[in-house]
Amino acid sequence: MGATCPIPIDEYPTVVMAHGGGGRLTQMLIDKMFVPAFGNPALAALGDGAVVEANGARLAFSTDSYVISPRFFPGGNIGSLAVHGTVNDLAMCGATPLYLSAGMILEEGLPMDELWQVVQSMQAAAAGVGVPVVTGDTKVVDHGKGDGVYINTAGIGLIPAGVNVSPERARPGDVILINGDIARHGIAIMSVREGLEFETTLESDSAPLAELTARILQTAGEQVHTLRDPTRGGLASALNEIAGQSRAGIRLVEADIPIRDEVRGACEILGFDPLYVANEGKMVAIVAREAAGEVLATMRAHPLGRDAAIIGEVVADHPGRVFLRSRIGGLRVVDMLSGEQLPRIC
Amino acid sequence: MKYVDEYRSEADAKKFVAAIHNITTRPWTLMEICGGQTHTIIKFGIDELLPKEITLVHGPGCPVCVTPLELIDKALEIARQPEVIFTSFGDMLRVPGSNTDLLSVKAAGGDVRMVYSPLDAVKLAQNNPDHEVVFFAVGFETTTPPNAMAVWQAQQLGLTNFSILTSHVLVPPAMEAILGSPHNLVQGFLAAGHVCAVMGYWQYPPLAQKYNVPIVVTGFEPLDLLQGIYMTVKQLEEGRAEVENQYVRAVTFDGNQPAQKLIGQVFEPTDRPWRGIGPIPASGLKLRPEFTAFDAELKFDVTGITAGENPVCIAGEIMQGLKKPHHCPAFGKECTPEHPVGAPMVSSEGACAAYYQYGRAEVRIKE
Repeated sequence: MGATCPIPIDEYPTVVMAHGGGGRLTQMLIDKMFVPAFGNPALAALGDGAVVEANGARLAFSTDSYVISPRFFPGGNIGSLAVHGTVNDLAMCGATPLYLSAGMILEEGLPMDELWQVVQSMQAAAAGVGVPVVTGDTKVVDHGKGDGVYINTAGIGLIPAGVNVSPERARPGDVILINGDIARHGIAIMSVREGLEFETTLESDSAPLAELTARILQTAGEQVHTLRDPTRGGLASALNEIAGQSRAGIRLVEADIPIRDEVRGACEILGFDPLYVANEGKMVAIVAREAAGEVLATMRAHPLGRDAAIIGEVVADHPGRVFLRSRIGGLRVVDMLSGEQLPRIC
Repeated sequence: MKYVDEYRSEADAKKFVAAIHNITTRPWTLMEICGGQTHTIIKFGIDELLPKEITLVHGPGCPVCVTPLELIDKALEIARQPEVIFTSFGDMLRVPGSNTDLLSVKAAGGDVRMVYSPLDAVKLAQNNPDHEVVFFAVGFETTTPPNAMAVWQAQQLGLTNFSILTSHVLVPPAMEAILGSPHNLVQGFLAAGHVCAVMGYWQYPPLAQKYNVPIVVTGFEPLDLLQGIYMTVKQLEEGRAEVENQYVRAVTFDGNQPAQKLIGQVFEPTDRPWRGIGPIPASGLKLRPEFTAFDAELKFDVTGITAGENPVCIAGEIMQGLKKPHHCPAFGKECTPEHPVGAPMVSSEGACAAYYQYGRAEVRIKE
């Protein structure tokens, strides 16, 4: 990499929102700028967290920043989300989460009471998963230069012996499972965004998944090939990443993907494809076919997997691409999200 | 999901597909008017289920696609003004003007906001009396009533800081332009159900008669489209050219009369250029003289801006049913959703975006 910017600046002279949307532009930043700049094998694996070795132990290490607006939403707030998100990234590496850090970037003028609510819910979430926040940092920025509160969390976890999950391990013949209904987090957030308040009892699915992944790994061990939490960019983006990294194809069956009626209805009205809408308590497990039944039963036995389902399979055909069989039997490609999903005109 | 799943039943879809196969004896070219219908067709793979004799071509009913380039440039110019809050529906934000798009103007510091209703923009104007609030009012007869209502309300409220940048267009004149062209390939129309929900279909019998073409008002769910195709093909096979209504659950002959009345109070017909297609007489709406205080083009003095299209883009031919998206030499190469050369690659209703996003060309190879 030379001194010139690797992002074609005639196309993107400035950062646009879609660079953070989890879709194709985010991917371009990562592939063209960050990975070459920081070049090392642990980063290049591009898992939900890095897997590194220290003194013979395999550690998972992950970080995530939370800038969500609004800060409080049905089913959680930025504090609980900051804990669940990073814990889940560790869990998707097959790790038992151990410790978290918290970096708080506060805007001058943020009501102290709101900060206290955020901190309390962070603490409750951390205690709930038994992962303490053991170090932190506080910065305050001028009024108008932040959006109340941004939180960065980082976490480390230990990967037990006999666990080996990574996107590359997805292989033809594997079965794809999800632990429940998709797109709830994104729609719950949309429902309270300024300008779009619509009445719903829908809550975010934000939840810690480490216990569920631990049970799945106990059940099926090395037959669990890939775990991924389909957050930003939704199920479609997560599966496209896996298809790209494993160089295998993915086939989904639309009618088998769990989704709540309220969520489908909101997506119909807004013109969103729920496959691209964010989740915060969902995980995709790609497992050897002979383990699929057991993993499904394990998921369904857990409160966070009651609506678990088999939604597709890994195939040798169309490597790197995700195809979906539509409800009426047609076939289409499910591509990586390009730009942001924008509500349509009519 | 009630009222949706009924129209996406695989068993019923199979029955309609079989019925269409049964009655088709010759090649027919049908055009669905609306981009929403195009997306349903491609998303559910409907075209793949039809007999090979039937060709579906994709019409101009994509508001984002037909909005002239120079109007986008005008929007960009207005959005850059420091006192302006520029509001728009989401999918106009990404449409490229000659040099940039609204999202980039926003990234460079412009106050560009996505709204879900023009009435939200009126509210913004009320709450920000020291700012000029401009709403980007484009679209067909479906979006015209709420935009008319926004202007009407702004006038009732005595707002002087609200205006619309408008380029409304009308479906029937566009259908006539397509039918009247010497290159026309379209033998039957699936009319746009949502437009007809507002306007009814009283405008169509003269068209059907004059051009001897069946027109079937059609909805947007997979079964709606299959039934609309069945009804159109049946007419063609029987040598009829009538106006029929498939979308009876939403559309009446007369349409939504209060909405039509409001449109008439606020707007009047005008000639409009269609992006990629060119000028069509009496094909658009502009604000009536008593509402010109709400015309952003006059308020911000951007009437002089002109622009030239990228010559590579064949959007006009695609929207007239003469070509398909993948026939374009730029398709999927220099023109992608990240770098759209033409508007049909941007909009969620654009035919090119549908072909690209749902991998239409690839699926054909795989199956």
